[in-house]
Amino acid sequence: MTQRIFVPRDASAVSVGAERVCRTIENEARNRGLEVEIVRNGSRGLYWLEPLIEVEIDGQRIAYGPVAPEDVPGLFEAGWLRGGAHALFHGPSEEIPYLKRQTRLTFARMGVTDPLSLEDYRAHGGLKGLERALDMKAEDIVDAVDTGGLRGRGGAGFPTGIKWRTVMNADGGQKYIVCNADEGDSGTFSDRMLMEGDPFCLIEGMIIAGLAVGADTGYIYLRSEYPDAWDVLEDAIVTATREGILGANVLGSGRRFELNLFKGAGAYVCGEETSLLESIEGKRGLVRAKPPLPALEGLFGRPTVVNNVITLASVPWILAHGGEAYKAHGSGRSRGTLPFQLAGNLKRPGLVEVAFGMTLRELLYDFGGGSASGRPIRAVQVGGPLGAYLPESRFDLPLDYEAFAAVGATVGHGGIVAFDDSVDMAKMARYAMEFCAIESCGKCTPCRIGSVRGVELLDSMLAARPQRSNDDTLLRDLCQTMLEGSLCAMGGMTPYPVLSALDHYPEDFGLSPKQEEAST
Amino acid sequence: MSNTNQADLLPALHRLQEKFGYIPDHAIADLAKAHNMAQAEVVGVIGFYHDFRRTPPGRQRLRICRAESCQAMGADALAMHASTQLGVEFGATTADGEVTLEAAYCLGNCACSPAVMLDDDLHGRVSVERLDAILAEGRGV
Repeated sequence: MTQRIFVPRDASAVSVGAERVCRTIENEARNRGLEVEIVRNGSRGLYWLEPLIEVEIDGQRIAYGPVAPEDVPGLFEAGWLRGGAHALFHGPSEEIPYLKRQTRLTFARMGVTDPLSLEDYRAHGGLKGLERALDMKAEDIVDAVDTGGLRGRGGAGFPTGIKWRTVMNADGGQKYIVCNADEGDSGTFSDRMLMEGDPFCLIEGMIIAGLAVGADTGYIYLRSEYPDAWDVLEDAIVTATREGILGANVLGSGRRFELNLFKGAGAYVCGEETSLLESIEGKRGLVRAKPPLPALEGLFGRPTVVNNVITLASVPWILAHGGEAYKAHGSGRSRGTLPFQLAGNLKRPGLVEVAFGMTLRELLYDFGGGSASGRPIRAVQVGGPLGAYLPESRFDLPLDYEAFAAVGATVGHGGIVAFDDSVDMAKMARYAMEFCAIESCGKCTPCRIGSVRGVELLDSMLAARPQRSNDDTLLRDLCQTMLEGSLCAMGGMTPYPVLSALDHYPEDFGLSPKQEEAST
Repeated sequence: MSNTNQADLLPALHRLQEKFGYIPDHAIADLAKAHNMAQAEVVGVIGFYHDFRRTPPGRQRLRICRAESCQAMGADALAMHASTQLGVEFGATTADGEVTLEAAYCLGNCACSPAVMLDDDLHGRVSVERLDAILAEGRGV
């Protein structure tokens, strides 16, 4: 049998050379007269080791990484096809502690399978959830998701079962499933990985959602910054349609589900659900006032489920294994797992799917290995550009929606960005306001004007700080107005990074010592 | 459905931009007619989204991520270098029409920060030297 070598096709792996490594392996094998089959898998998520190449030996996969094209001849010389020793050898992939310590439910197939092979997908548990859902009543599907305790993974953490039940109970007629794949938060990449590495899982989750609420049409709103995910999804939709998974007769059940891919156009705010719906309707992505809820009046005014990629991709596992099995993971009211994304200044950045309840410290040090620069980690932003900055004194906080909310922070989409002690927190606060000014949709005044005033205020504080004579009263007042008066999370949460930076790092803002004492 | 016409607008804009590199002024009237909208509405939509442009871009589009994860790994220095090296500000095109320099706010490559994208090709762990090499390769040097 021809030996198999796995070379990831994931955009991140390719961005650090996986494509060139792939070609080099092909050439080198040909020159040596060796027959190998190269499988383009997704990424395992161990990004500091990418390009991570796996050689299959007697059904076990042996990892080598990070492999550069110039390493390839040496790897053949070292006998890597027999698992030979080499400086880049990491042993069996599944035994690498970073991977072994995870609880991969939603990402169970990630990096294991060929993302576009439906055969692989089925062989690794795919379509079991959908098959089960087709035999269930709509209420029972919603109940399973409800029992599992699944909450919106996009950031808001709203219970998915409640959202689905609202749409299910809405008046009949046309309903829609909309997948929010506008993953714009810095420090997050789990949606991209899933769409590139296991696209059928998202498709399956959307069909199940359709069965649950009585929707026969779905849209995936994909950000334009993800061209590779677009290609994979387009291909997967064609395959799923050809194989009778999508279309007029889902797996021969007589049920219909059509899926459309829709490309965003570079607006961060379109990750907000109502702005996203406006965008699909061909309009400027202005946020809608709620109510009415999209669940009742969503896309084209019809009842609509809007869920994030990871939310929908968690559904097949829940249906296949049952709500109770999913609920068995997690802590407090945060049930199941979350694929955390370790990014920024860390030695071992990557994807870590674990149950809720792990502390930030475990993720940063046990998984992340501490800072990449070797300097102390000074600040960590959790939950994207609208998430709070946390100092070391908060590293023992368990990652759980309620525990974070209690200290004015957010778990969000699970992005964790670490900064070492060279970071200037006043500049990061200014950046938060600047980002809001650039991306605000402009509909409400606190966000549109407040962010611009915030940049101006921080500019003057930055200019005056050598004298340490700043006063933060006005900035805090502005933040309060944005928090309370904005229409959506864009303006409403931009104060999180700003206020947390002020609270925990007043010395960076040139605040007078008296104020520093007062706020610590 | 009355909205269906307008709902095709974004895909139509993407197709036009893919073909011409930008949305030419003379296309606005046709777009408005085809999608049953006022011309002002079409212009409003084009202006809202960062992706759409109304003037021709450079032969290549270099996007440098300026978001937090890349900042934590030195993206500011990289951005400054690119701007100096190309002799343009962000948002502008080099005098020879070769490269348009743009800021991106997350390319989803945060575990391999800092990241840049040349046209549709993503690059990770980009040092100043590597950026020079990517640009040279893009120019066919």
